[in-house]
Amino acid sequence: MGRKGFRVSSPSTSAPEVTNSVDRALLLRIHRTMVRIREFEQRAMELFLSGELPGFLHSCLGQEAVPAAVCATLRENDYITSTHRGHGHVIAKGLRFDRMMAELYGKTTGYCKGKGGSMHIADFSLGVLGANGIVGAGIPIATGAALSAQMRRSGQVAVAFFGDGATSQGSFHEAANVAAVWNLPVVYVCENNRYAVSTPVPRQMRITSVADRAAAYGLPGVSVDGNDPLAVYEAAREAVERARSGGGPTLLECRTYRWMGHYIGDPANYRPAEEVAWWKQRDPLVLFEQRLLEQEVLSGGEIQRVHEQVREELEDAIEFARRSPAPAPEDALEDFPQ
Amino acid sequence: MSQIFYRQALRDALREEMRRDERVFLLGLDIGRFGGTYKATQGLFEEFGEERVRDTPLSEAAIAGTAVGAAMTGMRPVAEIMYMDFITIALDQIVNQAAKLAYMSGGQTSIPVVFRTQEGAGRSSAAQHAQSLEAWVAHIPGLKVALPATPYDAKGLLKTAIRDDSPVVFIEHKLLYAAKGEVSEEEYLIPFGQARVAREGRDVTIVALSRMVWKAMEAAEELARDGIQAEVIDPRTVVPLDVETIVRSVQKTGRLIVTHEGYTRCGVGAEVAAQVVEHAMHALKKPPRRVCGRNVPVPFAPVMENYVIPQAADLARAARELMQ
Repeated sequence: MGRKGFRVSSPSTSAPEVTNSVDRALLLRIHRTMVRIREFEQRAMELFLSGELPGFLHSCLGQEAVPAAVCATLRENDYITSTHRGHGHVIAKGLRFDRMMAELYGKTTGYCKGKGGSMHIADFSLGVLGANGIVGAGIPIATGAALSAQMRRSGQVAVAFFGDGATSQGSFHEAANVAAVWNLPVVYVCENNRYAVSTPVPRQMRITSVADRAAAYGLPGVSVDGNDPLAVYEAAREAVERARSGGGPTLLECRTYRWMGHYIGDPANYRPAEEVAWWKQRDPLVLFEQRLLEQEVLSGGEIQRVHEQVREELEDAIEFARRSPAPAPEDALEDFPQ
Repeated sequence: MSQIFYRQALRDALREEMRRDERVFLLGLDIGRFGGTYKATQGLFEEFGEERVRDTPLSEAAIAGTAVGAAMTGMRPVAEIMYMDFITIALDQIVNQAAKLAYMSGGQTSIPVVFRTQEGAGRSSAAQHAQSLEAWVAHIPGLKVALPATPYDAKGLLKTAIRDDSPVVFIEHKLLYAAKGEVSEEEYLIPFGQARVAREGRDVTIVALSRMVWKAMEAAEELARDGIQAEVIDPRTVVPLDVETIVRSVQKTGRLIVTHEGYTRCGVGAEVAAQVVEHAMHALKKPPRRVCGRNVPVPFAPVMENYVIPQAADLARAARELMQ
């Protein structure tokens, strides 16, 4: 408490040695998670465009590094809250493709038995307190989970994922303030993908870094390249350790970009084509794979195999979802206190 | 039985539940050393300490939101929203989160949280400190709503609310904190969804919420002098609502008055009247009457304030009209 705000800037233009501080198993884990998110999001988009999935879909293509790296710093019983763009977070926290797909299809075998859908996947057994359709709403909830962890002396940490847009919500400011006052074990991870739906960051706030908001609450604010999983990992590890050891909350901004529009079907004509092209050249997965190749952590064939294995699992998951029973109409009345 | 104040009954309920279950904790503005704006938590800070009687910043969304997060992860918070008017700032967490997340997750979790608040006019607090907004929360599936009118009910209902595994909005009345009533020294709980027949009568049913129960009793006294026997029913919880007790009463009396301070339009009275019409239309000798808050903001000056919220005399007049 009363901690002086500081800011760590990590331009991360040159690739650091991947094996400096993280071991090979961790690199493989982060890589596999990024591949899982990438492949899932691509297939989900195809299925949605083919008309197989009800509702609507918010894709996190292009943002895979953040959840993969942040969740690699967490324990199984740590908590996360997620957002409408939440598939990446819950995959990174360890959720299964089959039950996720079944939820996207609105089937009884889905994580939420078809009551939540794409935007609301939760698995309390893995600390996933739910993706949330109200922008910013997960932030106080993660803060409350951190309060609970602190009161139960459980050693758990809570992570709230949210976008740049959410940081203009009162819920963000109220939660960050109370977490600071109570010194809670929570990490606020802002995926700054530069747009709140169609509104670019300069039209949302006068500051250039979301991390600057931390100073108002006396919290450390850190800004990193969100397309560099190792930069994210290092910053997240420090923040999670701080939280777990009683040092209180951190605001971690990860600068990234969403490749698709706000939702699948959004023409996203509010973004210059050159900007999209520039960011796609900075594909977090391709860049990471290049580093893994250059530093001989994985061979081209091994990388290929990871993608193939994940795709295979994905096709099985889609089959599982298609074959699963649809809910009965009156199932709508279950799972509900009367 | 001993005579205690409403605020004391609330305090006793909180104390008993906190002693019984260490997962129960309180959070809210000025509830600690200060003892709460209406002194409902006085003395609890001294017994349970600052961790479990937790003062918060002036931050209703954070109070409600952290309570929801804590409730999902093994705690049983009792969050205080100082005035129900301030619930506006916390409504996303109450309406979109607390009420829905158990359901939206397919029943993976429960959210045992109590939002304690108080409402009501009558002390010149003006339009932002005097509203009765129970209809707002009663409208939302997933929230239970309790409004104790007496010290006995305050204690028994609050203990039930704390033990309930789903979110409860617990609405006290600011002019009842100093009300006195008999409370059993033995431990007791009052189940939700069981109305109390506060007074029996054969001529007209008055369904009254919160402080209006007291005014309905006053009106019933006055009516009795004219030979009109009013039956006064306090639903105690509007979600769940004890429709059966209300309908049974109307089948006997054939006349219905619903009264609350909350705005008439789309208020709980409309729901009660609709339930009675659906279940017992043919028992009604006259159309149901709503004697509720007028559809204007609550004004400051006492003379105007008394005019916009229902009074015992309004109830007596409505009953006489129904008897004609």
